[in-house]
Amino acid sequence: MKTKLLTSLLAGIVAAAPAFAELTFSSLSYRTGPYAANGIPLADGYADYMTLLNERDGGIGGVKTRVIECETGYNTEKGVECYEATKGEGVLVYEPYSTGMTYQLIPKTAADGIALHTGGYGRTSAKNGEVFRNVFNYPANYWDGASGAINHLLDINGGNIQGKKVALVYHNSAYGKEPIRTLEVLAEKHGYELSLLPVDHPGQEQKSQWLQIRRDRPDYVLMWGWGVMNQVAIQEAVNIRFPMENFIGVWWSGSENDVVPAGPKANGYKSLTFHGVGNEFPVLDEIKKYVVDAGKAAGAGDQVGTVLYNRGMYMAMLHSEAARTAQKMTGNSDVSQGDMIKAMEAFEMTEAKMVELGLPNFGPSFKVTCQNHGGDGLVAVAQWDANAGSWNMISDYKQSDQSVVAKLIAEDSAAYAAENNITPNCN
Amino acid sequence: MFYREAGDFKTSYQDDNQTFPIKFDRYRYYFVLFVAFAIIPFMINDYWVNAVFLPFLIYSIAAIGLNILTGYCGQVSLGTGGFMAVGAYAVYKLMTIFPEVSVLIHIVLAGVITACVGVLFGLPSLRIKGFYLAVATLAAQFFLVWLFNRVPWFYNYSASGQISAPERTFLGEPITGPATEAWAAYLVCLVFVTLSAIVARNLTRGSLGRKWMAIRDMDIAAEIIGVNPLGAKLSAFAVSSFFVGLSGALFFAVYLGAVEVGEVFGINKSFLVLFMIIIGGLGSIFGSFAGAAFLVLLPVFLKNVLVGGLGWPTDLAAHLEFMIVGGLIIVFLIAEPHGLAQLWRVTKEKLRLWPFPH
Repeated sequence: MKTKLLTSLLAGIVAAAPAFAELTFSSLSYRTGPYAANGIPLADGYADYMTLLNERDGGIGGVKTRVIECETGYNTEKGVECYEATKGEGVLVYEPYSTGMTYQLIPKTAADGIALHTGGYGRTSAKNGEVFRNVFNYPANYWDGASGAINHLLDINGGNIQGKKVALVYHNSAYGKEPIRTLEVLAEKHGYELSLLPVDHPGQEQKSQWLQIRRDRPDYVLMWGWGVMNQVAIQEAVNIRFPMENFIGVWWSGSENDVVPAGPKANGYKSLTFHGVGNEFPVLDEIKKYVVDAGKAAGAGDQVGTVLYNRGMYMAMLHSEAARTAQKMTGNSDVSQGDMIKAMEAFEMTEAKMVELGLPNFGPSFKVTCQNHGGDGLVAVAQWDANAGSWNMISDYKQSDQSVVAKLIAEDSAAYAAENNITPNCN
Repeated sequence: MFYREAGDFKTSYQDDNQTFPIKFDRYRYYFVLFVAFAIIPFMINDYWVNAVFLPFLIYSIAAIGLNILTGYCGQVSLGTGGFMAVGAYAVYKLMTIFPEVSVLIHIVLAGVITACVGVLFGLPSLRIKGFYLAVATLAAQFFLVWLFNRVPWFYNYSASGQISAPERTFLGEPITGPATEAWAAYLVCLVFVTLSAIVARNLTRGSLGRKWMAIRDMDIAAEIIGVNPLGAKLSAFAVSSFFVGLSGALFFAVYLGAVEVGEVFGINKSFLVLFMIIIGGLGSIFGSFAGAAFLVLLPVFLKNVLVGGLGWPTDLAAHLEFMIVGGLIIVFLIAEPHGLAQLWRVTKEKLRLWPFPH
């Protein structure tokens, strides 16, 4: 059995070995299991954008891109297997779409010298690039999200949420626990009452949490959910007739797949976002033309323009542009793993660049520096219109409360540095 | 032809009672040990260690532990995941509180702590039996996971509730943390597996093991012939939990490096280890290894064949993997309800007679 495994493994490596230089990206996807509804559009968006670059432009700077997809099922053990299986193939940047896996990959990628990008998730304090040299979480992180949600509540209440009751329904994992500390600090600052309602993996059973919400009658419910948990929570909220406009999910709890099952009554549900929504962007037409219609789509091709598809595509755009930056910095068309880290640290995204790429007004402009691996924390709010079946932006991008978030990041990254004997530096 | 006891004369009781009385078996055992200790460490890379060997070795320890309780003593347990979590959190707390003490000692101590917890949750087994005991151990599973999620002291008040293994060395070579060399992690686990298997094997064929088996076969009859059910059942819980705690500690410290209790040590883990011993063979040390190999290696093998070899889409391969593994479990259990160990035993019986069966 072991020899068979070895031969098949070797066969796999030989078959997949590049004949000429390629820019290799990885997609640690989950198209199966309780998180598949969210994992499929993310993986499709990522792969389709990379295919678009190959089909339309012949790759990045003349070098073709290659995406190695590996199924993790949102399971950390399979994630480790995927990481070890792919890291030898020169993957430029890892994007696991799982906070649990991120915690595992942070030390591993640091030891192996490979970039790790966790856009909108992962370990928030990785924003401090002096400690986390190879980890990037631009353009926004969970603490920006928590602060963005509270900012929105302040906006709709005329700046005063003293004495209001806010409940947080969260996935009982590293992911769901991330915002708690920020929300607690903000509760002291703004004087709202915070109650915590954990939901265990995978999140299909939430009767008791929503019973408690019905009893306590919080003014607002925030949600940090993922996968099947989102659909169940929104359905439960509909069942207890919780006013939907007072129910706000983080950006991972705000896709079409989460609200559609609850039908017209999910109308008005809000979600945070750090990028544009909808299918009006020119690049999506190009994807339809060059990828979907040509039969080269990664999935069924039915997800184009959904929130999570756009996010997967956005991440692919950020990665490919970083690779382009690396090509410019070194002057070589081939990019090494070390070049990629340097390029991501000098990465800049401007509105002009996004217009050029067919994504006008899609996301915030930001500039990465060694001190700041996390962008500027610009968060907007989108609302679900069940009749039109679309998400609409209802606010502008607004910066999170940096006085609170920055201090927490400094504390947490200092603790990590002390635990792991890291001297914060920028060399 | 080679595999027979004819001509293999024993002149002492000690020789007669050894674990592998047939010479061919004994040499095969030495050969496996030689390959495992002297050849594999020089040949493996990160992928082989992290995807194949570490999970196989660590699940083998867990399966040996559960096999002692369920296979030898007849007490069904669904708390394995919870007890593995005790081992993981115990080793984490020990590593962070006493950083100057060797992590190998901590791993053993984590096993001891788990043994104490196991005895505590084993107390109900004196009154309840069978399915009802399974439900009581299920309570242990949910309680322990809840506890480690709930009390911040266990995860040192980290914001995310994750625990991460700091780097610890043995003789100057890191064996936990990201800088660990593939062979070092492998050897640490291999040493623990080998010692566990030898200890378990000798416990189960000594007086303690006979007591466990007497309880398993008929507890009232066992009591009448003088077996103390309190001592037998609690010792089974203690020894079993020790091994399970050991595996949990290695799982966290050496294999994964960062752990989230709900995801890694959930009820799924309890079922996985239970299936390992059912497929491998209840009441057999070899069966523990066979079951662990079956459930750990087969999915990895299938994935490499379907995705790496044939280039199929990953989701299709993942779904097929479930179907093939599930199908094979049914096939094996129909062909041999007593597991892979029994298949192996039957093969050996046939080999003894080969090439001249009656």
